[in-house]
Amino acid sequence: MRPTSPGRRPSRAVLALLLLASFTLITLDARGGDDSPLEPVRSAMGDVLGPVENATAATVRPFAAIPGFFRTTGGLRRDVARLEAENSQLKGELAGVSVDRNRAAELDGLLATSKSTGYALVPARVVAMGPAQSFSRTVTIDAGTRAGIRPDMTVLNNDGLVGRVVRADRSTATVLLLVDQDSVVGGRLGSSMEVGLLRGRGTVGGDEQLDLDLVDPSATVNRDDVLVTWGSKKGAPYVAGVPIGRVTAVASTPRQQSVQAVISPYVDFTSLDLVGVVVDRNAKSDRTVIRAGSMEGSR
Amino acid sequence: MSALRALLLTVVLLLAVVLQVSVFSGLSYDGVVPNLALLVVVAAALVRGPEFAAVLGFLGGLAIDLAPPTHHVAGRWALALVVVGYLAGRVRQDAGSSAVGAVVTVAACSFVGTSLFALSGMLLHDPAIPVGQALKVIPVAVLYDVLVTPFVLPLVMRLFRRLQPHQVAF
Repeated sequence: MRPTSPGRRPSRAVLALLLLASFTLITLDARGGDDSPLEPVRSAMGDVLGPVENATAATVRPFAAIPGFFRTTGGLRRDVARLEAENSQLKGELAGVSVDRNRAAELDGLLATSKSTGYALVPARVVAMGPAQSFSRTVTIDAGTRAGIRPDMTVLNNDGLVGRVVRADRSTATVLLLVDQDSVVGGRLGSSMEVGLLRGRGTVGGDEQLDLDLVDPSATVNRDDVLVTWGSKKGAPYVAGVPIGRVTAVASTPRQQSVQAVISPYVDFTSLDLVGVVVDRNAKSDRTVIRAGSMEGSR
Repeated sequence: MSALRALLLTVVLLLAVVLQVSVFSGLSYDGVVPNLALLVVVAAALVRGPEFAAVLGFLGGLAIDLAPPTHHVAGRWALALVVVGYLAGRVRQDAGSSAVGAVVTVAACSFVGTSLFALSGMLLHDPAIPVGQALKVIPVAVLYDVLVTPFVLPLVMRLFRRLQPHQVAF
């Protein structure tokens, strides 16, 4: 390509052509949906760039810990103060434990159910995060179809539900986080067993919050109620009984035909690292699959 | 353009995209990371002019659109970066020579690019981005891009000068 000399007006034709090409791409991809003509290109890019992202993330991982070395005494003092405050708060909560015991028992029951169904987990690490400029909350994990991962699988970590797999390439997979605007999850309240639909707000940073619309307009929701996944047919895209978060605010307007609650998720979406993908019990995988049932010797 | 040059340009673009999702994600501010691909396109525009930069912007945008973990309609970043490359190329006579000019160009381009991407998302409902959200992200994005400009732009501009095919001085 010839560079434009200062005296000459740059050709508008190139610009028009490229703009037209962009519009064509957008139209093709938006209309095509899941079988868009760009899908092969996308998975080729995923297959090529996935391993590169894995390698890059593995290289920089040791350096990510470096800021921790430089924490000053002041920082540690602040930590102690914060932990003391947290401790006293927890003591206060412990005092009201009898009220919570019911809920805890219910949640335990749900968790036990999930354990007894024996979800098998493929462990994976987050290697890339979608920039906020793209306005979608997605991450790449370093496990793909070779590790037995397929689209519409549940992703969780030790705090709770993270999201679902939206596409899987050979060595990486893309996970749509719970907080994305496109994310809709069926949730069930631990205290009343009421069900509702949980939507992400798509906001970034700070306190992440989700909106829960309860199906039953006469349902009662209390603050600090625990929300777990409702579960879908055959566990796709969400398996049942995974903790999501707790209720922080309730808004019920008589005019609207539903009760709305604000949910604060258990998972910290800004510092995701190790996650687990729920796979079929007999899934073939190139890495160690964590099987809850077999670890406890129940099978 | 020889095959080697094309290969090198592809590598630079892909490297920018990979770095921005997998290295800078650890240094993000509220999820916003510096848009390195945009900086590469601006550098190309300042060295080589609007036509070259628009083509590079299209390819770079496509790389962002298709590289994991994106989940939006392909072509949206391509559209934004084509416009960015063209605009930056048009102002290069004023901006190419001075450092302040270059920084102002990056700020303007970052604003235009991110806004165009957000606008196309609003039009396509992909997803329907709330305006407040866009207004919160765009200033941070511009600021972060400007912040990394001194470290990235001179380096990439030097690379593009070396990659430029030899020709009679104009």
